[in-house]
Amino acid sequence: MASSNKTSKAGGGLGDRMKNMTDTNLLLTITIVVFFAMYIGAIVFQGKGFLKPQTFFNILNAQAALIITACGMSLVMITGSIDISVGGVVALVSMCSAVYLDFHNGNIFMAVVISLLIGLAFGAVQGFLVAYLDIQPFIVSLAGMFFARGMTTIVNTNPFNVKNEAFVALKETRVIVPGFGSVNKIGKYVDAYVEIGVIVAILVVILLFCVLRWTKLGRGFYAVGGNSQSALMLGINVKRTKFLAHLICGLLAGIGGFVYFMHVGSGSASHASGMEMNAIASSIIGGTMLTGGVGNIIGTFFGVLSLSTIQNIVSSAGLDKAWWTGITIAAMLCLFLVIQSVVMARKKKA
Amino acid sequence: MYLKKALATAIIFILCALQTGCGSRFTDKGEPGNAEEETAGNHIIVGFSQLGAESDWRSENTNSMKSSFTEENGYILIFEDGQQKQANQIRAIRMFIQQEVDYIVLAPVMETGWDTVLQEAKDAGIPVIIVDRKVDVSDDSLFTCWVGSDFELEGKKAAEWLNQYAQAKGIAPADIHIVNIQGTKGSSAQIGRTKGLADAARANGWDLMAEVIGDFTQAKGKEVMESLLKQYDNINVVYCENDNEAFGAIEAIEAAGRKVGSDITDGEIMVISFDGVNEEAIRYILEGKITCIAECNPLHGPRVQAIIELLEEGGTPEKRQYVDEEIYSANGTVNSLTIDGIDYAVTILAQEDGN
Repeated sequence: MASSNKTSKAGGGLGDRMKNMTDTNLLLTITIVVFFAMYIGAIVFQGKGFLKPQTFFNILNAQAALIITACGMSLVMITGSIDISVGGVVALVSMCSAVYLDFHNGNIFMAVVISLLIGLAFGAVQGFLVAYLDIQPFIVSLAGMFFARGMTTIVNTNPFNVKNEAFVALKETRVIVPGFGSVNKIGKYVDAYVEIGVIVAILVVILLFCVLRWTKLGRGFYAVGGNSQSALMLGINVKRTKFLAHLICGLLAGIGGFVYFMHVGSGSASHASGMEMNAIASSIIGGTMLTGGVGNIIGTFFGVLSLSTIQNIVSSAGLDKAWWTGITIAAMLCLFLVIQSVVMARKKKA
Repeated sequence: MYLKKALATAIIFILCALQTGCGSRFTDKGEPGNAEEETAGNHIIVGFSQLGAESDWRSENTNSMKSSFTEENGYILIFEDGQQKQANQIRAIRMFIQQEVDYIVLAPVMETGWDTVLQEAKDAGIPVIIVDRKVDVSDDSLFTCWVGSDFELEGKKAAEWLNQYAQAKGIAPADIHIVNIQGTKGSSAQIGRTKGLADAARANGWDLMAEVIGDFTQAKGKEVMESLLKQYDNINVVYCENDNEAFGAIEAIEAAGRKVGSDITDGEIMVISFDGVNEEAIRYILEGKITCIAECNPLHGPRVQAIIELLEEGGTPEKRQYVDEEIYSANGTVNSLTIDGIDYAVTILAQEDGN
């Protein structure tokens, strides 16, 4: 019951504290249950591959960047806004870092700084346009997306792999997860590992979760998304809150961009294509509502995992056409939207 | 309230059950037997990471693999489409390793960046066979062998054909104005075919005006050709690094009111292309729209199958294996080519009347 305050304005006029609390938590429970059901299903039907812990860690390794960007996406969605430029920003960040490290022989610290600055710049400009000039967030970030993709091509047209030694060493760095190794085909024991990006992603999830749950600013995000009028009357600076949401989302896109870059180790204009949509899908699967005011970062985390588990199931089942993944994700999104609206309708009636 | 909550939870569980149910149905229908790898028994499991489905050549290549590694032949094929992304292919290979497949076949999208994941496969004791494009790794023992085309030879063939044609027709080298619509930048096919042409242009003194990227697709080929036609009004040879680009380029040329054909002294634009895998390309050759095609053989399936059979028997396959390839034209001016001392016959396709 103590957590009821975090969605204090979620239901708008609804007074019942109990009901408001369950909005976010119920959707979160759904997500987690579905994820585990799916994973267990995968183990049962797909056999030994999924039983190995490394399969799970590989999902984390491949999706660390998506986890980070999806967290930012959830945040803006909670405030009732949207940012579809994140995929473009990720591509731009990886291309800039790649060019800086490879052509200019730069150091990693500066590359990280550049990444963060690019992310912050996108967040700040878009946040300003959305919050203070009141322009539709979809249009603003659509422009941002085109701009970022265009800039990526201008920075460098051709895809290439980075050979900078310090960077390659960082990319290859593996954090061993003790106790989760497995014996492979030729009888060798292999340690389970995650990449550094995963650690970053988990830190981001925890940090953002704490901010949303226990700080005034975090509760402000929910309030603004739930009902900006009443938030204004409560004395919350709505414009500033919206601006900050976009700023943080941009920053996370920058971090996500560098993590993505650390995973793939190359710059390419086609990197992270469609990532913004995956981020939105993950947020929705994770129980964040497009209408704002409802959402949970832990849910987003599980949303990403669900999404990529589907990918792995589809591909290990040998469904050879790539569109099977798309169709399954579409079906899953529909399922979640139906569950969400059914749950919400029931609660409203009650 | 609690009743309602319980009801909601029940609904969720039913939906979840439905979903996993759906999941299992997919696997049953999609790939019978594959799900139960333990019961696969003496089937050999092959994981194939194809880079994408961008061209007709690629589709033929995929089909060749699929028809070689069938269950009747004693194989189970797990096919993964990388959608032109190296990250997807690396993910797929890691998945194959976790699934403990017997062999991994990789058609890489790029040449570099494979060291780590191939090392993982090697550590797991899974042989990796590279097809089509090459990989650039520090240690050649990371893959078992490579099967594919000699792209530079293809490029040399096409260029030599043009050279002999020009000589036979008495066209001065300086009057040959070529544009090259390149494939995906950095791919082996692009590098080899570009080099073949560039070397020949330098040696023969041709006017190679532009080299632009067409990504092996028809749409991009058309787009690029449109802008090239606006930029240069004296183009008389278009060198397209695959057939799909050539289709696009021909559309653009015809839309601009120019004519494609081999009579370049008379204002026609000659199209030279690669692959020659589908009927459409052969029809274009017979119609004279494409003057010359250097074949790129996509039928890697049987070749890879032979390698796996050899490995199963404990043999060591040759490290680099080239597939046999021809050169086609409907124009009988050039009958045979000599490249580096080896003769290659030109296959002259005859126009059938009544078609």
